[in-house]
Amino acid sequence: MSKHGSRSEHPLDDLLRTDRIPHIWCPGCGIGTAFSSTLIAMKTSGIDLQKTVMVSGIGCSGRGAGYIKLDSYHTTHGRAIPFATGMKLANPELNVVVFSGDGDLFAIGGNHFIHAARRNVDLTVVCVNNFNYGMTGGQAAATTPCMARTTTTPTGNPEHPFNLPFLAFAAGASYVARWTILHTRDLTKAVEEALLRRGFSFIEVLAPCPTSYGRRNKQKPLDTLKLFQDRTITRHGCSPADVQLDFERGITLGKFIDQERATYMDMYDKTCRPQSSMDRNRAV
Amino acid sequence: MKPAVLTGEHFITGDVACAEGALAAGCRFFAGYPITPATEIAEHMAVRLPDVGGTYIQMEDEIASMAAILGASCAGVKSMTATSGPGFSLMMENLGLGICTETPCVVVNVQRAGPSTGLPTLGAQGDMMQARWGSHGHYEIITLAPSSPQDLFYLTITAFDLSEIYRLPVLIMTDEGIGHLSERGICPVASAIKVQTRIKPKGRKDRFKPFLPGPKGIAPMANAGEGYGIHVTGLTHDERGYPVMTAEAQAEMVAHLTNKIRNNLDNIIRTESYRLEDAEFAIVSYGVSTRSSLAAVDEARQQGIKAGLLRLVTVWPFPEELIRELSCKVKAFVTVEINLGQIHLEVQRCAAGRVPAMLVGHAGGTVIPPDHIVEALRNLN
Repeated sequence: MSKHGSRSEHPLDDLLRTDRIPHIWCPGCGIGTAFSSTLIAMKTSGIDLQKTVMVSGIGCSGRGAGYIKLDSYHTTHGRAIPFATGMKLANPELNVVVFSGDGDLFAIGGNHFIHAARRNVDLTVVCVNNFNYGMTGGQAAATTPCMARTTTTPTGNPEHPFNLPFLAFAAGASYVARWTILHTRDLTKAVEEALLRRGFSFIEVLAPCPTSYGRRNKQKPLDTLKLFQDRTITRHGCSPADVQLDFERGITLGKFIDQERATYMDMYDKTCRPQSSMDRNRAV
Repeated sequence: MKPAVLTGEHFITGDVACAEGALAAGCRFFAGYPITPATEIAEHMAVRLPDVGGTYIQMEDEIASMAAILGASCAGVKSMTATSGPGFSLMMENLGLGICTETPCVVVNVQRAGPSTGLPTLGAQGDMMQARWGSHGHYEIITLAPSSPQDLFYLTITAFDLSEIYRLPVLIMTDEGIGHLSERGICPVASAIKVQTRIKPKGRKDRFKPFLPGPKGIAPMANAGEGYGIHVTGLTHDERGYPVMTAEAQAEMVAHLTNKIRNNLDNIIRTESYRLEDAEFAIVSYGVSTRSSLAAVDEARQQGIKAGLLRLVTVWPFPEELIRELSCKVKAFVTVEINLGQIHLEVQRCAAGRVPAMLVGHAGGTVIPPDHIVEALRNLN
C-alpha cells in the first residue's frame, strides 16, 4: 500500500509502479486518462504483457514509461520511435508501444515519425496532444493552434499546426484514429485495436493542459473538456485530409484509417532474407 | 544460413574487415546512414546480416541510427552503427543515453577531415577529443584505434566484448586511411573466436534491481521481454532504475559510471611497444599514424637516434600511468596524430613538464610522412 495515506486499490495497480505514485502530472491534466486507457487496452487486448514494452521520449507524456510496471524505456527527446524501431526489429516478438507527447513526437521527433510510418514498422504510437510544451512551462509547439497564446507566442501563434492524422496517413500508417480524453471508451477501444493491428498504428489523444495552455487561452480546466464535448463530431472513415481541429468550428474524432499493409519486417523477410535463414536475431 | 565467420584468407578493406569482425563477434543488428568513408560498412552489413539471421536497417539519419542500436541492444541483440565526423556529431546525445542507461553497443567512426563537411574522402584523426567528451556531462568511455584491416577485424570483436562486459557503448575510432585500405586479412575458424556476452540476472524476477552492481561492479542486464519489468531512463536514477532528482543520486550514479571503467584500467587498456626498451625518444601514436611511426623508428635508429614507439590500441581510457612511467625514462615524447594536437595534450599532461612533449601532426587530408617524424626526432636529438 502506498505511503500516501489510505489510498484504495486501483484496478490498474497490477500494471502500475505504485511505489512511484504520486505522479508528476498536474491537477486537470489529461495525460493520466490517456495513460489509463492505454493500460486498460493492454489488458483487454489479450496481448502477452511480459512481451510488451513501453517506450517514451521526453516531456510530461514521456513520463508514462516511468509509471508502467512492464519493461519500459524513457529515452531522449524525440527519439522514442527510432529506439522502439530498433527494439521491434531486433525482437519481433515484442509488442512495442510508444507513449509520448506532441512536442516530442512531432517537432523534434517529426522526421522519425514519418519514416517509421512509411516503413510500416509494427509499433503502436499513442500521442497525447495538449497543444503545447507543458513540462517546460507552456511554449508553442508544432500542434499549437494558430493565434493561440503561449509563453513564446505572447501575442498569438503566427504558425499553423500539423494535422496529425493526415500526416500519419500520408506517411503510410496502417491505423489512424483521434479521440479526446473525454471519450475514454472509444479511446480504450482504439488503443486495443491499434495493439492488435499489425503495422504502424497511430492514435492522437487530445488532452487539456490547464496549467500551461488553458490558462493562457481562456480555457479553465473544465472549459477544455466542455469543448471536447460540444465541438467534437465523430466521423469514422473520414478522409484524413478533411479531419478538423478547431476549437471554434469543430474537432473531428474517429477511426480514419484501419488497413492491413505489409510491415517492414514482412517486406525485409520476403525481400532480403533467404528462406534458409529465417532463424533471425539470436539474443544474448 | 551462411557462416557468420568467413574463415580464410582475404584481400580485404578496413571497412569490410570491421563488418566481418562485428559478425564474428555476434552482432546481429545494424542501423546506419550512408556517409563517406564509412558507407562500405553499412553496405557490407546490408548484404551479410540477413544471411546470418540478423537485421539491417537504413535509418533516416544518424540520430535515429544511434537510437535504434540502443533499442536493439535493450531487446537483447548485439548491435552496431558506423559513421564519420558529421554523423558522429549527430550521435552524441544518444551516445550519452547509452552511457547513462549502460547499454552495450559499438559505434564506429571512420574519421575524415573536419570541421563540418570538411574533406569527406580524405582521412584525419580529428575526432579523438570528441570521442572522449562529445556527449554532455561527465563520463568514461572506451575507444579503440585500429591500424590495419586485420586489426580492425579483431578490435571490432574486442569492442563488442568490452561493451558487453562493462555495459557501455564502445567506440572504434578508425580513419579513412584504414577504412579504405586493402590488405591481406585472415578470419580464423569460428571456434577460435571466444566472445563475451552481458551478465544475465539470477534469482527472483520481481526483486531484480536493474542497476544494482554485482560483485565486479557491473549490474547484470535484463533484456526487454524477459519478464523482469524493468524501467530504464536517461534521467539520473537509482539502482532500481527510478529517477531521483538529487545531487546525492547524481554523485552516486556518475561515480558508478566512471568507476566501472577507472577500476578496471588494467583489464581495458591495451598498448603495444616497438623498440621502446632502450629508447631515448618515445613516439606515441595510434591508428593509421602508427604505420608512419613504425617506419620512422627504424629510420631514426639507422641514423643513430634511439627512438621507440608506444602504440595506443585503446586511446580512451588514456594510459596515464604508462606515460608517467615513461616520462621518467625518456628524454622526450613525440605524439604523432592527424590533427593539431589532441592526444598530444594528454601526453603533455602526463609528462607533466618532466620531459618535453612535441607534436607531429597536421589538419588532415593525408597520412603523416615518416620523414616528418624523423625530422622532429633529429631536432630533439
